[in-house]
Amino acid sequence: MSFQIKEQDKKYDVCIVGSGAGGGMAAKILSEAGLSVALLEAGGDYDPAEEEYRTQLRWPWESPRRGANTQRAFGDFDAAWGGWEIEGEPYTRKDGTRFDWFRSRMLGGRTNHWGRISLRFGPHDFKRKDVDGLGDNWPISYDDVKPYYDKVDKLIGVFGSKEGIYNEPDGFFLPPPKPRLHELFIKKAATSVKIPVIPSRLSILTRRINEERSFCFFCAQCNRGCQVYGDFSSSTCLVKPAMEKGKVDLYTFAMVREVITDENGMAKGVIYIDKTDLSEYKVSARAIVLAASACETARIMLNSKSKYHPNGISNSSGVIGHYLHDSTGTDRMGILPQLFDRPRYNEDGVGGLHVYTPWWLDNKKLDFPRGYHIEYWGGMGMPSYGFGFGMDTMRSYLKDEFGAPSPNGGYGKGLKDDIRRMYGARIGMSGRGESIPQYDNYCELDPNTVDKYGIPVLRFHYKWTDYERKQSKHMHDTFEEILTSLGAIIIGQKPGPETEYGLAAPGRIIHEVGTTRMGNDPKSSVLNSYAQAHECKNLFVVDGGSFVSQADKNPTWTILALSWRTSDYIIDQFKKQNI
Amino acid sequence: MDRREHIRLLLSGTLATGFVLTTGCNPEIKTDKESVVPASLNYGRTPDEILHDQKMDMETFFTDKERSMIEILVDIIIPQDESSGSATEAGVPDFIEFMMKDYSSFQLPMRGGLKWLESYSLKQFNQSFINLNSEQQLQIIDDIAWPDKHLPEMAYGVRFFNLLRNLTCTGFYTSEMGIKAIGYEGNTPNQWDGVPQEVLDLYGLSYDERTLEVCLNIQDQHKIAVWDEAGNII
Repeated sequence: MSFQIKEQDKKYDVCIVGSGAGGGMAAKILSEAGLSVALLEAGGDYDPAEEEYRTQLRWPWESPRRGANTQRAFGDFDAAWGGWEIEGEPYTRKDGTRFDWFRSRMLGGRTNHWGRISLRFGPHDFKRKDVDGLGDNWPISYDDVKPYYDKVDKLIGVFGSKEGIYNEPDGFFLPPPKPRLHELFIKKAATSVKIPVIPSRLSILTRRINEERSFCFFCAQCNRGCQVYGDFSSSTCLVKPAMEKGKVDLYTFAMVREVITDENGMAKGVIYIDKTDLSEYKVSARAIVLAASACETARIMLNSKSKYHPNGISNSSGVIGHYLHDSTGTDRMGILPQLFDRPRYNEDGVGGLHVYTPWWLDNKKLDFPRGYHIEYWGGMGMPSYGFGFGMDTMRSYLKDEFGAPSPNGGYGKGLKDDIRRMYGARIGMSGRGESIPQYDNYCELDPNTVDKYGIPVLRFHYKWTDYERKQSKHMHDTFEEILTSLGAIIIGQKPGPETEYGLAAPGRIIHEVGTTRMGNDPKSSVLNSYAQAHECKNLFVVDGGSFVSQADKNPTWTILALSWRTSDYIIDQFKKQNI
Repeated sequence: MDRREHIRLLLSGTLATGFVLTTGCNPEIKTDKESVVPASLNYGRTPDEILHDQKMDMETFFTDKERSMIEILVDIIIPQDESSGSATEAGVPDFIEFMMKDYSSFQLPMRGGLKWLESYSLKQFNQSFINLNSEQQLQIIDDIAWPDKHLPEMAYGVRFFNLLRNLTCTGFYTSEMGIKAIGYEGNTPNQWDGVPQEVLDLYGLSYDERTLEVCLNIQDQHKIAVWDEAGNII
């Protein structure tokens, strides 16, 4: 093995680290403006249209584990390579607190398997401190981002309906698919207790938007990657078209360790370890764009120590890693007796919910700040590992014609009949809410641990507060209200204070943001309002790290819009020769 | 070597030995055995995943006697009837064998449970479970198959049978035969245009006017969407 750092010959205008939503968008916009781009990805190449990667339209029996999640965190057919734990790439936790970190090492990153829920942040979401006095305002407003949301809608495609709700701004929508049967029941029941249910907003092409991508053929498997590019992933919708124009060089298996700087503290390139030969390489560029994910970007910046940046690059404030926050999340499920013995037909639909509940209440009348949205699931989905489990407790929910319950457990024909009768009767709901960013929730460099590439790893410290606990309690009250209104058999116990009211552990919702937040004051933020580092003007961050607060929405659409906005700014700065 | 080349060589069987030697991450792979991955193990896998599945495939967990017990037990849980064939016909024992290796936490409760069952059979009938007639076998199963009404000392057997019931049901209903039996009709390109009218009628439901107005007209799917400035499709 060579111990010398090898230098890639080519000098680039821009080096982008990470090929997910933020990095893919930057690669597309910057390269189309004529800039030469090096795109570095820590995992392998991936294209769902190629047979060797295809998991879409596979049957469960094609997997020897029938789709179980023993190898991939979200099951054998999920598109994401990586997971909560990656061999040789650990992270640690501090003071008995918990944070779980999902990483996907592949072209397109986590956009390959996400739920495609594509919600704009609303005017309130950028100015939460003005609303409730907690946390901080963003240095930008909805009006600054709106033109970019509009462009993202048209470039990528999102279905939805115009509803005119102030903090759930409408966009350029494709028509939504009609609700499924259980969704009609949910809509009726929730509406009757004054909880709104509207068409969901997912980046799935119910109609064609260009010649390159086809439209959805309703297999409900967006998380497996789409062969016809009928949904959004960074690899298919951004990186691939960007590369076809010839200005982007993709480096796969490139694990970036640090940004290197010149004597004036300006970024001049990055060092990465090639995972295939374990050698170190240097890529030089006039500007560096970090899009490695909120936490991985914080890690790279903290590891980028130099004489000029002794505390990590652009970190004299010490803010990098702080204000890490994830969405809140908790779930409940039930069984709809009216759906026992239901007629069979194909109701796969699009990948995920056709309807959802946006936040509908006024926090001034509640004992917690910030809202949540509700996602619904159920229906006659494709059986996968786990189907048919639990008949030792569930059979008794079925009654015969005289009202006598089936016995739990058992075997034989009676068991088979009952499994068939129950198929498609289960429903569930998941609340996804906004937490309050805290300085004391953070990731930092672990002083004792490196990964297999010799790079110091992250150590997490994260605790929920009463704000999130009370919000989760409210979610469960709402779930029971909806399930009761549905006439559902509610499964399991309502979680209480001993489990933080069922709150998922921090990180589990995979909406973590805020580690390199933007702001006008360099003492309390890492980036300016264009996501440009306060102390290194040719360094930018276009992942969720720049978020001041994560709304009760999913972050991807905002990452895409902000990355486009920052890319336009970079192009402008190049033109003005400021960088 | 790029990933595609890597997989090609892996599948052709020429690389497995070299890969193991250079990475040392799978020392237990037997390189003397034919190492061509069957097509069934290449369904969009990464090289590491293929190696893992290959390794699982080359090991055997159940002893012959355990395997015979499993085959009897899964067909008691899912027998052949007018709605479908049986669990063994659907390949459930192979699936359970695989899961024992793929998720090692199953191993102890499964092996211990089978041994407990065998001991109970010897105690009751002084014979191995596999040698009992089916009436005797069912007599034993009835002692452990009903979680809400069993003798306290049967709790070990009940736990075991719950595990086996879970794995058998899931193995069966994720097989080709089981999917047909449950009546799942998807996993194929199609056009979703809402719940069939006769189903809506059955439940007394309908799509309201506003829903019909905003939702997709399935005939328009192929038409490229264009919007006016207010965001309306024109």
